[in-house]
Amino acid sequence: MILDVDGVAFNYRSASVIRDITFELSPHQVLAILGPNGVGKTTLLKCMNAILRPKSGSVLIEGADLLTADRMEIARKVGYVPQRCEAGRVTVFDAVLLGRRPHIGWDMTDKDIRIVEAAIRMLHLEDLALRYIDEMSGGELQKVSIARALVQEPRVLLLDEPTSSLDLRNQLEILGIVRRVTTEHDVAAVMTMHDLNMALRYADRFILLKDGVIHAAGGPDVVTPEIIEAVYGVPVTVERYNGFRFVVPLDPETA
Amino acid sequence: MHFEDGAIPTDYMGYVRQKHLWILGGVVILFLLLIVSISVGAVSIPPYEVFLSIVNGIVDRIHLLLNPGTVLNPTSTDRIVWNIRLPQALAAIVAGIGLSVAGVAMQSILRNPLGSPFTLGISNAGAFGAAVSVIVLGTGQMQSTIADAVVLNNPYVTTLVAFIFCLLATAVILLISRIRGASPEVMVLAGVALSSLFTAGTMFLQYFADDTQLAAVVFWTFGDVGRASWQELGIMAFVTVAASLYFIANRWNYNAIDAGDETAKGLGVSVEAIRDIGMVVAALVSAVIVSFLGVIGFVGLVCPHMVRRLIGDDQRFLIPGSCVMGGILLLASDTVARVIVAPYILPVAVLTAFLGAPVFIYLLLRGYRR
Repeated sequence: MILDVDGVAFNYRSASVIRDITFELSPHQVLAILGPNGVGKTTLLKCMNAILRPKSGSVLIEGADLLTADRMEIARKVGYVPQRCEAGRVTVFDAVLLGRRPHIGWDMTDKDIRIVEAAIRMLHLEDLALRYIDEMSGGELQKVSIARALVQEPRVLLLDEPTSSLDLRNQLEILGIVRRVTTEHDVAAVMTMHDLNMALRYADRFILLKDGVIHAAGGPDVVTPEIIEAVYGVPVTVERYNGFRFVVPLDPETA
Repeated sequence: MHFEDGAIPTDYMGYVRQKHLWILGGVVILFLLLIVSISVGAVSIPPYEVFLSIVNGIVDRIHLLLNPGTVLNPTSTDRIVWNIRLPQALAAIVAGIGLSVAGVAMQSILRNPLGSPFTLGISNAGAFGAAVSVIVLGTGQMQSTIADAVVLNNPYVTTLVAFIFCLLATAVILLISRIRGASPEVMVLAGVALSSLFTAGTMFLQYFADDTQLAAVVFWTFGDVGRASWQELGIMAFVTVAASLYFIANRWNYNAIDAGDETAKGLGVSVEAIRDIGMVVAALVSAVIVSFLGVIGFVGLVCPHMVRRLIGDDQRFLIPGSCVMGGILLLASDTVARVIVAPYILPVAVLTAFLGAPVFIYLLLRGYRR
């Protein structure tokens, strides 16, 4: 097990947001956290790298308790890609180099630069390396953000709606990269998503949240019409095409 | 995860070298400007003699340190350079560095292009503190033997009180940014509110002050780098260097905060702690400069933006670049202020105040983006 989440609960002020969240993840696995808006997907993600402190429960990474570790130590184990990042007048290379922050002492070393260069190549950003990120498109910026998380050399990657503002081509490219990184580099990835079909195509584990608790969890088999309707309140059918499952919403009137 | 090592990209290394050259170029300009600044004035001294006098003076002082009791024989040139112009020029450089580095840190901490000790009301808070110290606590007096010399008979109490009020203003700013978010509008309005509050407080105190105290307070508020003694210069330099080193040491953290709070936290940065400590350090360096030299506006606002235009927002270059630019700008302003209406010598704050308006307008035209 690379990630072990046990009984995590979080409250905003006195209102409970999520509770009793328990699951495990192995290396090479991509977990999609699904559920309607406001159900606590992002909250759960932030509890997994202690940006938010869970009220109870534990998060273990390779057996080490994350919630008692200091921020730098967490940052060496967990890479976090937020929904959006600020774009200042900084080059792509420097923006990615920032991901080495948890490893850098006084100044960057040749090793840091080599790692950044490798990540930039991996995400096909080499032609943009000296461009300023405030001149870049949403898709390019998202790649920079992912590259930054990768050079942290984490064991677990957390991505908050990594494809929400991207076009089809960029969605496929970004999720393909996440998939490839997890298999090639022995890491696990957790992402929150709204697009069920993209989730079914690129993730292999699924958690469906409803009212702040896990309504269903498991492999692709858990994505059934009954569960989707229970979670989203929308009647659907699940079809197969080319070996992929697709969730197709039905017209509520005729269903 | 582990990456196969990539190659060292030569174009990126060239890019970094270019940024360092910009900063180095700034240091060279600053040094040349120092010589020019000392050479001009009521008595014009050729730059070469200025250089010789500085070098000889340093050698003599080292000699004096090693052999106590030696008697120095300074020429009249040496006296002008070492007793009047060099401390003034160095004070301009130190104050420029300090205000500029405080400004660049505040802009990053508050995520706001208008962050600076002056725009946030911290300078006016310091002025009010000085007024309280001079008028209420009676730490100021005027010496009538020399025409316009006002001495604060207990400068350290004045500094301390000014510092306390600077911290108070900082605490209010931090509190407001916690409650309402540090948007440009909120911060500027808070700065306006604090500035007018402390200005009103200063006016109130001035109304009840006697002539001597009033003169001391008014004199004090005209920021002037000419009033620092070598000893005060030493204190300012110590605080400024320490603060600059602190900000440079945290350059990666500020870069992370610039990329967004959540990104920064994900990168292991304790954002709240870095913000709070940074504000206190910036307030400290502002307070020390303000309380020794008076209110010098806009240097902390203008310099970081000039450097951003030249070398970008990367704090690794922006912080040292702003230090150098701050030194250049304030020293140049002070040099101009000394000669522009000769034989009168303007306090430098009068000149820097004129710099503020064009920069505000420029920022408005260009938008709020940092």
